[in-house]
Amino acid sequence: MAYKVCIIRAPGTNCDRETAMCVESQGLEAEVVHVKRLMEGEIRFSDYDGLIIPGGFSFGDHVRAGALLGKILKERFGDELAQFSSDGKPILGICNGFQVLVECGLLPGNTAQSALTTNLSSRFECRWVDLSVETSRCIFTDGLSGSIRLPVAHGEGRFLVTAGELKELTNTGQVVFKYAQKNGGSAGGSYPENPNGSIDDIAGICNKEGNVFGLMPHPERAFYRFLHPRWTKSDESESFGDGYKIFNNMAEYIMR
Amino acid sequence: MAGPISLDVDDTGLMTISRDMQLSLSLDEMKALKKYYHALGRSATGIELETFAQTWSEHCCHKTFRGEVEFEGKIVSNLLKTTIAKVTSTLDHEWCFSVFEDNAGIVDFDGDTAIAFKVETHNHPSALEPFGGAATGVGGVIRDILGVWGEPIANTDVLCFGPLDYPYEKLPAGMKHPSFIYKYVTAGIGHYGNNMGIPTVNGAIYFDESYVGNPLVYCGTVGLVKKSRYKREIRTGDVMILAGGKTGRDGIHGVTFASVDLSTEQERSVVQIGDPIEEEKVSRAVISIRDKGLGSAITDLGGGGLSSAIGEMAELGGCGADVHLERVPLKHPGMQPWEIWTSESQERMLVCCHKKDVEAILGVFADEEVEAVVVAEFTEGERLRLMHTDTVVGEINISFLFGTNIRTRRVATPPERSFSEPRVRSMDPAADLLAILAMPNVASKENVIRTYDHEVKAQTVLKPLQGLDGPGDAAVLKPLNSSWKGVVISNGMNPEYGKIDPYHMAACAIDEAIRNNIAVGGRRIALLDNFCWGNPERPDRMWGLVRASQACHDVALAFETPFISGKDSLYNETELGPITPTLLISALGVMPDIRRAVSMDLKEEGNSIFIVGATKDELGGSHFYKLKGSLGKNVPMVDAASAKTSFDMLTKAIDSGCVRSCHDLSEGGLAVAASETCFAGGLGLELDLDKMPRKGELSTEKLLFSESQSRFLVGTDDSAAFEKAMADTVFSEIGCVTDDKRLRITRKAAEVLNIEIEVLKRSWKNGL
Repeated sequence: MAYKVCIIRAPGTNCDRETAMCVESQGLEAEVVHVKRLMEGEIRFSDYDGLIIPGGFSFGDHVRAGALLGKILKERFGDELAQFSSDGKPILGICNGFQVLVECGLLPGNTAQSALTTNLSSRFECRWVDLSVETSRCIFTDGLSGSIRLPVAHGEGRFLVTAGELKELTNTGQVVFKYAQKNGGSAGGSYPENPNGSIDDIAGICNKEGNVFGLMPHPERAFYRFLHPRWTKSDESESFGDGYKIFNNMAEYIMR
Repeated sequence: MAGPISLDVDDTGLMTISRDMQLSLSLDEMKALKKYYHALGRSATGIELETFAQTWSEHCCHKTFRGEVEFEGKIVSNLLKTTIAKVTSTLDHEWCFSVFEDNAGIVDFDGDTAIAFKVETHNHPSALEPFGGAATGVGGVIRDILGVWGEPIANTDVLCFGPLDYPYEKLPAGMKHPSFIYKYVTAGIGHYGNNMGIPTVNGAIYFDESYVGNPLVYCGTVGLVKKSRYKREIRTGDVMILAGGKTGRDGIHGVTFASVDLSTEQERSVVQIGDPIEEEKVSRAVISIRDKGLGSAITDLGGGGLSSAIGEMAELGGCGADVHLERVPLKHPGMQPWEIWTSESQERMLVCCHKKDVEAILGVFADEEVEAVVVAEFTEGERLRLMHTDTVVGEINISFLFGTNIRTRRVATPPERSFSEPRVRSMDPAADLLAILAMPNVASKENVIRTYDHEVKAQTVLKPLQGLDGPGDAAVLKPLNSSWKGVVISNGMNPEYGKIDPYHMAACAIDEAIRNNIAVGGRRIALLDNFCWGNPERPDRMWGLVRASQACHDVALAFETPFISGKDSLYNETELGPITPTLLISALGVMPDIRRAVSMDLKEEGNSIFIVGATKDELGGSHFYKLKGSLGKNVPMVDAASAKTSFDMLTKAIDSGCVRSCHDLSEGGLAVAASETCFAGGLGLELDLDKMPRKGELSTEKLLFSESQSRFLVGTDDSAAFEKAMADTVFSEIGCVTDDKRLRITRKAAEVLNIEIEVLKRSWKNGL
């Protein structure tokens, strides 16, 4: 029986198709599911082996990016999702999906002092960024090291936590990606290397166990080498890009 | 407006009715209506007159382009048919799938797949309410693609504004400042496209004083069509389903408003309100209905709302229609039938289907949480009957509505102007280059481009910014998972040349759109024309329109590039005067294998640099002259026959794999193009002007800044292969790529300029 990954969408979600394609290329079955079908009880999270919340503007990002879908997941499916996570099944939130994971409490960052908030530039930013791969327990970045390049495209990606929370995230190996200089060195908060002003240049975090991962950059938009902005300089148009490994790890983890 | 309106009045009375009801109908048209109702032996109803006004508006039926023009002592009848559309019919390419007929032009792509492309303008709404006007411009053109059963895959946008430093004291009362319009138009475009998840992949921003108070907002969308699912088969008994957003009082009279000059007194009620999330839902539902094979025809609700869409569908099917206006879901209770009928509320589509498919289609809409109702039924005959809760509120003969052709007669006479070449020299070429790079039309648009998502859908192989951050010539998309085939999108526009001669402006716009496409590897190119002009009732404006149309015919035919769709927006005038006549040409090419795509950034030290095409004494309308405060006379001219040969050869060179970088020469000529390739590649260049192929003896500034057309700057790692591929076309090796990060240009062994790339780049990045 094929392993199935649930890709949740709500009105305004718009990265579900390309995300599904990445999942399917790894031999998994991807099912794009409207959150309404979950709410009507037509299907259940437990039917799936993995979960992805893709990018977009769920419910128009009204109130706050990811807030409404996060609220639905938390209020209606809090227990189911907690079970899904504690069963060790992988959950990936990309961009708006990261915002949703924070809003629904599967990832830290939604307390009175923390949030994913408006970019420091006050603008939507679409650009490729360098990321340093931190030492973490994240199962999605297994085997990755040094630095990679992925694109970001968001208006609300500034990750803010208190100094205490930051210390804890760092100590527990929950910081997965940090925005970096081209040479891999720390971005030190400088724009545009750190495109949104996130604290400590944080671009992606995971839960303590490493099976829930949220990141602002889009790995599905870097799945193939020919999507890289400088692919025409090298001669590697046919190989995979830096986003490939994240989906590959998810598949290997599910099928292990 | 509820009661009957008698047209049995004199000419003055007819025009009073046209004006009071904001119908924008001419006396001839009002007289035709008078005759029609006289024969019927009854008065008109308000809703009927509204229907005629919408259908016969300049916006909907292009009176000027289809009418008669007195030009140079002759009568030109139907400018569209005898110039632009004639290119397409003469060429008769078998790959043109649907041209000038449906909501968008459609060409073959790959097997069962075709590509649709449409560009629209939304100028007047954007002048009044920049954010909403621009956003709904994007939303509207996306629906044009849905309206040919297409799945939107990319957006383009070309924007024209007044100078951002325009003095406030010169601004007429009530007119919005260009910097305000600029800020909110770009925000509106980003908002709609980003929320819909459609990448904005190509565009331009242009500044000219004539756009103060009358910005131009061109919005384009490209989509994928499945040929076997492209259906336009209407028959009696079929029904029409209205789906999407609710209908409100927003956008009433948008169409008739677009057919008159802009005044600051017009109300905001003509501007629609956009909701991209609603359209995202509608889009998913439409594609699902298409894939299930459920609908029989589809169209979007744009200008004129239901009054345009339903009539057009009935006319297409050769039948009548019964419309039940009370079924339309409303935003405000108590809307009058005529308001429901003509509202231009956004995010609405009209899907036609057989009765047996109604339940299934309503089910698909419900799955996406989109409101949908059956609003009308196609009937035998040719009667368009409008009903509201069992009361007939209007009845119109469809043949009369669409068949009446009141030909407008316009007069075209050239304005009296004379031009001369200025005596200006470049005493300091480096300083002039720095200044041109900082001119708003040339300066980097990165700050705007990055607020648009150009990566979503993960299909953008060549992006709007290439290399580090250089301005790409064209975007390349890889829309199919299973194929390496690419879609290539580019544009060309240069209003500055039109100040001298609209013919050559149009010729240059076509050349630029095509050469941008060729530069990255595009071919088999189809064109779209979008005219934005002043009031065509003024003979000098009309003269320019005829000249530009003639160039479209001559040049596109020589390039063998058919027009597949187009649109005109006339009456772009304010109390400050008309806009500079502006023709946007959009080009849609294909490439067999995106792995051969070429970007404009310099690749590596040691690459040889070739210039393709001859440089001429053509600085008329150039940025160099503009910098020196003149317009000049020698506007660039296109030699399409020799350009076509050289473009074909360049395509061969690209396919052979020897082209490492390629960038077209446009505003600012060689000096600007060379600088941009350095910015993008992070490398330097050494160029020798003596080696440039040229016509006649040219001064240094002419070699540096001439804007002669059909030229490219090519970098290659295999000069022999490149020379072989280009055969006996005009080209020459003029230098090489260096790693010292300087632009060094010499002539007669002396240095013309030698400047650090970082210095040039700073000027270019801070110009806007």
